Amino acid sequence: MFESLSTRLQDVFKSLRGQGRLTPENIEAALREIRLALLEADVNFKVVKAFIDRVRDRAMEQDVLQSLSPSQQVVRIVRDEMLALFGDAQGGLADTTKRPRVILLLGLQGAGKTTTAGKLAKWLAKQGRHPLLVSTDVKRPAAIQQLNLVAEKADVRVHDPAGQLDPVARAKGALLEATNKGFDVVIVDSAGRLHIDDELMTELAAIKAVTDPSDLLYVADAMTGQDAIKSAGEFNRRVGVTGVVLTKLDGDARGGAALSVVSVVGVPIAFAGSGERLEDLEPFHPERVVSRVLGMGDMLSLIERAEAAIDQDGAARLEEKIRSNEFTLEDFRDQLKTIRKMGPIEQIIGMIPGMSSVKGLAENKPDEKQISRVEAIIGSMTAEERRKQHIINGSRRKRIAKGSGTSVEEVNRLLKQFVQMQKMLKSLGGMAGMAGGGKKARRQAMQMLRDRH
Amino acid sequence: MGVFGRIRESLSRTKQQIVERFDEIVSLADEPERRTRAVDVDTIEALEELLISADIGLSATDRIIAAVKGRTRSGESLRDLVKQEIRRIFDSVDGPVAVPAPPQVTLIVGVNGTGKTTTVGKLANVLRAEGRRPLICAADTFRAAAVEQLEIWATRAGVEMVRAREGADPAAVVFDAISSAKAKGRDPVLVDTAGRLHTRVNLMNELDKIRRVAAREVAGAPHEVLLVLDATVGQNGLTQAREFTNVAGVNGIVLTKLDGTAKGGIAVAIANDLKLPIRWVGVGEGIEDLVRFSAEEYVDGLFEEKW
Repeated sequence: MFESLSTRLQDVFKSLRGQGRLTPENIEAALREIRLALLEADVNFKVVKAFIDRVRDRAMEQDVLQSLSPSQQVVRIVRDEMLALFGDAQGGLADTTKRPRVILLLGLQGAGKTTTAGKLAKWLAKQGRHPLLVSTDVKRPAAIQQLNLVAEKADVRVHDPAGQLDPVARAKGALLEATNKGFDVVIVDSAGRLHIDDELMTELAAIKAVTDPSDLLYVADAMTGQDAIKSAGEFNRRVGVTGVVLTKLDGDARGGAALSVVSVVGVPIAFAGSGERLEDLEPFHPERVVSRVLGMGDMLSLIERAEAAIDQDGAARLEEKIRSNEFTLEDFRDQLKTIRKMGPIEQIIGMIPGMSSVKGLAENKPDEKQISRVEAIIGSMTAEERRKQHIINGSRRKRIAKGSGTSVEEVNRLLKQFVQMQKMLKSLGGMAGMAGGGKKARRQAMQMLRDRH
Repeated sequence: MGVFGRIRESLSRTKQQIVERFDEIVSLADEPERRTRAVDVDTIEALEELLISADIGLSATDRIIAAVKGRTRSGESLRDLVKQEIRRIFDSVDGPVAVPAPPQVTLIVGVNGTGKTTTVGKLANVLRAEGRRPLICAADTFRAAAVEQLEIWATRAGVEMVRAREGADPAAVVFDAISSAKAKGRDPVLVDTAGRLHTRVNLMNELDKIRRVAAREVAGAPHEVLLVLDATVGQNGLTQAREFTNVAGVNGIVLTKLDGTAKGGIAVAIANDLKLPIRWVGVGEGIEDLVRFSAEEYVDGLFEEKW
């Protein structure tokens, strides 16, 4: 996400860096590039104009022009203004004492409301809450059924009285069930609608009236264009919006239009959806995204993901094993599984600072299939072989290759790499992954990010 | 109102900020005494912003601006110059759709949430009304309740549907559908595929596999690959079109949800940059709300003169 914007901005900054001194002319040239980059990222043209004007005003100030590192200063100004654009509020849900808390999802057709409902329920359940889902979409064929299936996958209760086809009554019923049975959050999925559809907007207002939601989340597709402001504005005017959920950020859309929504409607982005799995929803952190846009990576999200995927006890055991040089193929396989739990490899790499500008990475993406093959090879070994890889002789290698559908060469390569890795781990000693010092690593990363700015 | 005029109607259903702004911009420039002069800088700039705000994109906007900028006019209106240039962009990519020997195989592809399933339902309905005997193939075996949704559309359209066995490979369903179409004399086969982001290599490869299976069963299949784009999409629509064309051989665009305030300006960008024609336009939620694209009507609707 935002990759192309970040590449483009990095080029701009690189050219600024080449200049010993900034002049009004080269600032103007840089601003032109930034303008084009933002327009191509679908940022609303009015927002772009205001943004460029603010950056220009601040960059032309004498102390910036005469400072020792003018380009750094400009980067800083761009960063500050961008944060202002995103809204500086933190993602997630604000605190409320209301029980049950009602979250109403609204937005255009196809933005991803139903999927978001499931993801949000899963996220809340993980936070120790007890969500109840209800669909009020009686319009789109099979929409209710879709939510039922999503709820089943998320292992969350869904309120679906057979034959009840009145949206308002469905929402009301869910609220009642939640109150009676002790669910503390009700997530109301609504029918997708065009903001100019009077009938459905009235229906939405009626659902709002009976459920009194604390959160009205506007679900916006990251790929949306310049019209986004108009539709979000209209939802805000007719029903009210308290936050935005930005979906489909796992594509290469730059999400500029959704940003414009934040800046124009004046509500924060609460969550961002970044994949098709139910786990792929994260509270939105503006400063991290801005860091990524400016090519500073997103270490914090990476660490959070690692923390979520790694179980602490297991990590401690692993650390001990590495210390005493007992790291086996079995542990290796567990590690691979953990990494995979963090999400697609490509996504993870994108979070590492500077990786987006490494040349050739785009063509040589690490292959998920390759990992599957390694897992297959290890899976075809006996327990004893996994613990003592030195007993794997020629005939065992042949058997393993056959069993895993690979070749003896591949088995050889894996074993060789594993031995190298064992050596490396031995020399690393105590540094058993990031999990050992989760909090500490996080503080360090925070500090590091601050230092860069 | 009949089928003709539906595009224009849907484009002009709401208060047209674009149209109003366009009127504002061109009205001064088109005053009789100015029509023999070049268009002034302010007008050019305002026009540029307007085109960008319609999602027409930078390169198509540049082309349109270049066509009107610095040009000494001999009485032509700026309005017509702009409309002409956009028409030219569409006309240069418009070609007749070849009709192959039956069964024709049409794949419907696109990212998540653009309206593929709905489009398949509507398309089946239009084609059946035109006297063909379409068969729907439900190859979206991924999204929850996608097959059920399509089944409802198939019933509404009064056409048969071949559905996947639980957890089946999409290519296998396509194979079944083509075999069934051959046996029962159905034509065309409309294949609804799962929504996928163009950045997901594995999912994109699945489309390639579907193509290969179709080609093995019917010569030249898939004859038509329609990319469904949401009219609200921004510049990412270009990337989508490029990637889906590379992998799935897209040869036409369906523009959906044109009944909102979004004008689907990305269609102009795609025609200009990628030379892909627009084939169909979705103009509402009803089963009849899919019409053939007409560049003339679209451009008129986009910049309609107020009456």
